Amino acid sequence: MFIITCPYCGDRDQTEFTCHGEAHIARPLNTESLSDEEWGDYVFFRQNPKGMHRERWVHAHGCRRWFNALRNTVSDEIFATYKVGDARPPLPENPS
Amino acid sequence: MSQSCRLDSGGRIDRSKVLQFTFDGKSYTGFKGDTLASALLANGVKLLGRSFKYHRPRGLIAAGSEEPNALMQLENGAYTEPNTRATCIELYDGLVANSQNRWPSLGFDVGAINSSVARFLPAGFYYKTFMWPASMWMTYEKFIRKAAGLGVSPTEPDPDVYHSRYATCDVLVIGGGPAGLAAATAAAGSDARVMLIDEQSEFGGSTLGAAAVPEVASWVAASTAALAANNNVTLLPRTTVTGYFDYNYLTAVEKVTDHLGPGNGGTAPRQRFWKIRASRVVIAAGSIERPLVFADNDRPGIMLANAVSTYINRFGVLPDQNIVVFTNNDSAYRTAVDAARSGATVTMVDTRAEVSAELTRVLQQHKVKQFTGHAISSVQGTKGVKAVRIMPLSADGKSLQGQAWEINCGIVANSGGWTPSVHMFSQSGGKLQYDNSIEGFVPDPAKAKRINPGFSVGACNGSFATGDCIAEGAQAGRQAVEACGFVASDVAMPELTDALNDTGMGGIAALWLVPTVHPVGEGPAKHFHDFQNDVTAADIHLAAREGYLSVEHLKRYTTTGMATDQGKTSNLNALAIMAEIRGAQIPEVGTTTFRPPFTPLTFGAIGGQESKDLFLQERHTPMHQCHVQNNAVFEDVGDWKRPWYFPHSGEDMHAAVQRETLSVRTDVGMLDASTLGKIDIQGADAAEFLEMIYTNNWKKLAIGNCRYGLMLNEHGMIFDDGVTTRLGEHHYHMTTTSGGAARVLNWLEEWLQTEWPEKQVYCTSVTEQWAVVALNGPKARDLLATLSDIDLSKEAFPFMSMREGQVAGIPARVYRISFTGELAYEINVPARFGRQLWETLQEAGKPFNLCHYGTEAMHVLRAEKGFIIVGQDTDGTVTPADMDMDWIVSKTKPDFLGKRSFLRSDTARDDRQQLVGLLTTDPTVVLMEGAHIVQEIKDAPPMTTIGRVTSSYMSPNLERSFALGMLKNGLARKGETVQLSLMNGDAVEALVTDPVFIDKEGVRVRG
Ligand SMILES: [Zn+2]
Repeated sequence: MFIITCPYCGDRDQTEFTCHGEAHIARPLNTESLSDEEWGDYVFFRQNPKGMHRERWVHAHGCRRWFNALRNTVSDEIFATYKVGDARPPLPENPS
Repeated sequence: MSQSCRLDSGGRIDRSKVLQFTFDGKSYTGFKGDTLASALLANGVKLLGRSFKYHRPRGLIAAGSEEPNALMQLENGAYTEPNTRATCIELYDGLVANSQNRWPSLGFDVGAINSSVARFLPAGFYYKTFMWPASMWMTYEKFIRKAAGLGVSPTEPDPDVYHSRYATCDVLVIGGGPAGLAAATAAAGSDARVMLIDEQSEFGGSTLGAAAVPEVASWVAASTAALAANNNVTLLPRTTVTGYFDYNYLTAVEKVTDHLGPGNGGTAPRQRFWKIRASRVVIAAGSIERPLVFADNDRPGIMLANAVSTYINRFGVLPDQNIVVFTNNDSAYRTAVDAARSGATVTMVDTRAEVSAELTRVLQQHKVKQFTGHAISSVQGTKGVKAVRIMPLSADGKSLQGQAWEINCGIVANSGGWTPSVHMFSQSGGKLQYDNSIEGFVPDPAKAKRINPGFSVGACNGSFATGDCIAEGAQAGRQAVEACGFVASDVAMPELTDALNDTGMGGIAALWLVPTVHPVGEGPAKHFHDFQNDVTAADIHLAAREGYLSVEHLKRYTTTGMATDQGKTSNLNALAIMAEIRGAQIPEVGTTTFRPPFTPLTFGAIGGQESKDLFLQERHTPMHQCHVQNNAVFEDVGDWKRPWYFPHSGEDMHAAVQRETLSVRTDVGMLDASTLGKIDIQGADAAEFLEMIYTNNWKKLAIGNCRYGLMLNEHGMIFDDGVTTRLGEHHYHMTTTSGGAARVLNWLEEWLQTEWPEKQVYCTSVTEQWAVVALNGPKARDLLATLSDIDLSKEAFPFMSMREGQVAGIPARVYRISFTGELAYEINVPARFGRQLWETLQEAGKPFNLCHYGTEAMHVLRAEKGFIIVGQDTDGTVTPADMDMDWIVSKTKPDFLGKRSFLRSDTARDDRQQLVGLLTTDPTVVLMEGAHIVQEIKDAPPMTTIGRVTSSYMSPNLERSFALGMLKNGLARKGETVQLSLMNGDAVEALVTDPVFIDKEGVRVRG
């Protein structure tokens, strides 16, 4: 049961949030000109790393804002949370 | 006195308070302060149950929560609870307990026949014998459950009340023994909020069961009193920490009134479930003694040494006059002394050839005969120990040879060493390391999980001596509280003079499997390591022979450690025996992962107060009370209670739905449509946003007009639908399905926030701000005209438009949209006027034969028109083309969500399943929704499925049954006949038709 720092509200219990997978996947602008493979990659394929992962969360039972988190999927340590559009925080020097 | 094994004095019991209780129908007495276990033992009752697999007679092994054998069915009727451990039940007057897993009686158990056919129940038996053929599993399962019953679940509703609560603290200390008390004391000096939790009824931990050392006892009492007097400290006795989760989130169960007996708790709950977030956690959970694995070591009377000491010292019970102590370490010498001091004849059998002179001197002082380098080779007696035979042990510990001795005894107090209780540390994600000096796993502080900051101290950290426990606890308490920004207090140390009580476990020489004169598994005797699941050393050998070498395989193959005690006394022995077989070190075999709960807990505690009416909240529309008065039968739609149908007296559901459905098409009906999802969308980019969200065009929609829209996900599949109305230049009112309201709002927000944050669009849920009545039917206009100032003429207020005005004197938005295909108005008023609107319409509608209709009639009506319900006629694999709804997909827009997926070969192929109407050849047959359309009827499955029924009803308007369904290549198959195979084996024939059955031209809706 994590404690997650919402960039808008501060530290809150995980039950207030939902996770929506890998972050920083931009929707292609020229969808018509994409190959099936390229479109399929955007629609279906996601990273599932063992280790550091940038992922999207939404403070569903709070401010309802979407934001990004940098989480170690092994230890569940969350190193940073940041607003959509903010610069990506660097990877930690000591990730676990 | 009936309590034949009770000592004349001593113990932490109140002999002035005599308590009556029954076990297996027989009456006994005990004292306040007893556990059910100690009271039974005081009465000389040693046979308490039968074992799981072999039905062997079993008695107490332990005095604490690690007890594997003494499982009780506590109380009767609604209060009954299975699988309670006798060692954890505080005795109260009138207690009723029954042994489990025995039939017809404890003394004579038919199931014990399993014992003599043991070869047919080896490890892996269930897998090998019962897994194939799978169709027979249902037969086997009944047999297994009956033979292996673990008590009986209550069948009546639970009369007790349970609470749950959240708590936060700076320092949480798990375990109220010396280490935990010291940690809490060090942490509690300043303003830090400290919680101290212990599963026993009083604090003191292992000292409660040890021979009294006055210095320690007074230190425990003083520390506990000081903590109790501190307002910043929460003391929770009778509370077990059951789980340790990430970011120091822990759960605990407090048995608030269990010890008073059922129904005696007054206004207090029976149990309270704590959910605690702690800044720092100090784990002082102690350790658990493990048994020696020797021949027939499961006979009633063979107990852990510390348990025998606890029964003597804490409860004043000497379980037998003749006691053999069997050990491979120093700690059991305390038990020998405890028993001898209480008047027992004691024999010490130590597997070690070399024992310190001091220990031998102490035994001599207490007239205890000592055998060193000996081991028990066999046990006499089945329902209770009568004697043991001992023999000299070879130097390598692998065999017995030489002079045998037989010693009469009723109790064997045995100790194979002490296993640190690393459950909590392991649950917190920490990794363990093996400590050869104590022969056990201890926490590896370098491999603790950083998000769960804390400390393991005392016996759970491998430090067994009381002085070490206090010192470690005090230091951890100090560090914990300082890490939270507080100042620690000094902890006064007791003066420890009694050398025997201050050595902890002392020396140990591991002997994991005590040999007999036979090879393992070949003699008549069994060597148990897991008592609750009846697993023996021979089973581990079998697992090894069959290749199940790793601990995770071993565990699943033999079921060792998988009973309700989770192997508290057995895990390390199992690992060590496997290590010996493999010639490996114990850490190479691995450790199992400890999982919550630490001890079994009740569902009541987990549920807390969220049961019955509080289990799930209900959403009611503003008109709910009207529906109740109108005798509505309700249907759950999400959390909403929606009227399903409104039966008149004498009507069943079918009759009511047929009447309502007919009435809407002949006169007029009204439906409470308030649950429809409603989202207010505003902003300069709103139209552009809708263009991306919906498949059709929105930019040219005139203000005041409505348009139906389909939403797709990026897979190109239908995800929701509804009508959206343009209220102003940059202002839209979107409706969604009742169940999809929250999902759609999240969907819109996701795109706006994460993909198009620059767009000026603002979405607000207004579902509950509006009460909505849908008036449907040919007389809808005439009725509405009696109550409204809006010009309702066809020209002034055409289909698919919205007008504002007064309805029944209430400011309203009226949408001329229809989900029935009839002339229809959806009247939206502020929620607080919902009931007024409903009641006014009800009265005004009488001359028009207005009927109320519910969701079932609504479903029939919309299906007659071929209108789909997303989630019923679609399932997440359906494109607009599959629904024959290409008309709603823009060919001119460059992009919208899901568009590109139409080009994928699978979505583009033309033989997908498509929406069709189905008319059974027999018009009275109503197909079952979900029924399969098959290529060809065969005598039995499997048959090739080419489609399915998604909606199916009897229609009074068509005067026959009809259905909607999905059929492979269905759009091209209209006019064909197809076969359906029903669950009951029947085959039905149906004609494939257009899905619109009524008013194909749409004359009525525009009328
Ligand atoms: Zn927030």
